[in-house]
Amino acid sequence: MNIEILGSGCKKCTNLAEEVSQVAQQMDSEFNLDKVTDMAKILEYGVMSTPAIVINGAVITAGSVPSTKEIESLLQAHC
Amino acid sequence: MFIWFTLLADWLVYDCLGLSNQSQLAQALHFFVEDTSKIFALLIIMIYAIGWLRAALNVERVRGYLAGKPKWIGYTMGSGFGAVTPFCSCSSIPVFLGFTSAGIPIGITMAFLLTSPLINEVAILLLFSLLGLEITLLYIATGMAIGIVGGAILDLLRAERWLQPIAAKAYAMGQESSQVATNPANGNAETITWRHRHQFAKSETKEIFGRVWKWVVIGVGLGAALHGFVPAGWLEANLGDGQWWSVPLAVLAGIPLYANATGVIPVMESLLIQGVPLGTTLAFCMSTVAASFPEFVMLKQVMQWRLLALVFALLLTSFTLMGWVLNLLQ
Repeated sequence: MNIEILGSGCKKCTNLAEEVSQVAQQMDSEFNLDKVTDMAKILEYGVMSTPAIVINGAVITAGSVPSTKEIESLLQAHC
Repeated sequence: MFIWFTLLADWLVYDCLGLSNQSQLAQALHFFVEDTSKIFALLIIMIYAIGWLRAALNVERVRGYLAGKPKWIGYTMGSGFGAVTPFCSCSSIPVFLGFTSAGIPIGITMAFLLTSPLINEVAILLLFSLLGLEITLLYIATGMAIGIVGGAILDLLRAERWLQPIAAKAYAMGQESSQVATNPANGNAETITWRHRHQFAKSETKEIFGRVWKWVVIGVGLGAALHGFVPAGWLEANLGDGQWWSVPLAVLAGIPLYANATGVIPVMESLLIQGVPLGTTLAFCMSTVAASFPEFVMLKQVMQWRLLALVFALLLTSFTLMGWVLNLLQ
């Protein structure tokens, strides 16, 4: 599973990346997490509100920091 | 209903601490306790209620509404949406690029981004509860007018000439096709349930309150200091006639100070009580809120220095003009 967290590097985005990485580790599946701060790349995904979660190239959420439970079900649905 | 907060302050300051209501310290403290408790209570109720209402509004939807609108309608709508749409200021850049790549003119996008820090629901409701309907409406009208006129001027000057390469690319994309790229995150078909609304409102309340409470304390603290320690009539005697130079001075003084609209409103209340004219007060407060260096450094990613300086100058000029006009009318 290839996870990307899109965001300008503000506090919300860092928190989200941390949270997602923890959940993914607990799920014990193989994953690769990248923090994307490059605006050109964010623009390519068509994302306007950060932070956003991208899994395997598809935008899953944008503009919100989902709860741990939600992240869990999102990851399960997409791995 | 606000009497409860006065009683609370009476009890705390005069009964518990046993201070005399004649002393300056007691008066300042009383003002501080009354205002912070009142503002905190109002904030929690208001942020929740408004979060509930606007759970369905997001920048993606706003972009859909704004794309392809005639310019004059676009400026007004852009500014109006800037006032009500929830978005984190760290999203300014993606929003700028997203709007631009959808073919929305720079001026409309800027009307959105300029109005956004000036007017928000928390500020409006605070203004209303502390200073009444008239000043609240005046504040909203001037804030929106600055966004609308600012946006229009930027388009007249063809501001798109001075974009950074990445923003220029987004602009070119927008000119080629006015098709808004769709992706699952655009979420237009998504329906909002009651549970969703409650969740959103709850997290908004936590998030916004966690961010603004310290500004309120600082703001009210400053207000209380003004209230208790600056000799009554001193500010009025020196600035009360709306001397012409006092407005640009207030605007300049506001630049290095950075606060959000929530923190600055208690200060505004005190300045007005002290007899500073409305135009001067508003000019100071808007400059504090909107002309902030962190915001401008961020915008550097999409704008060249020239455009950035232009936007800055535009803001300062419009605050000054607004201040003069209001002082004349008063």
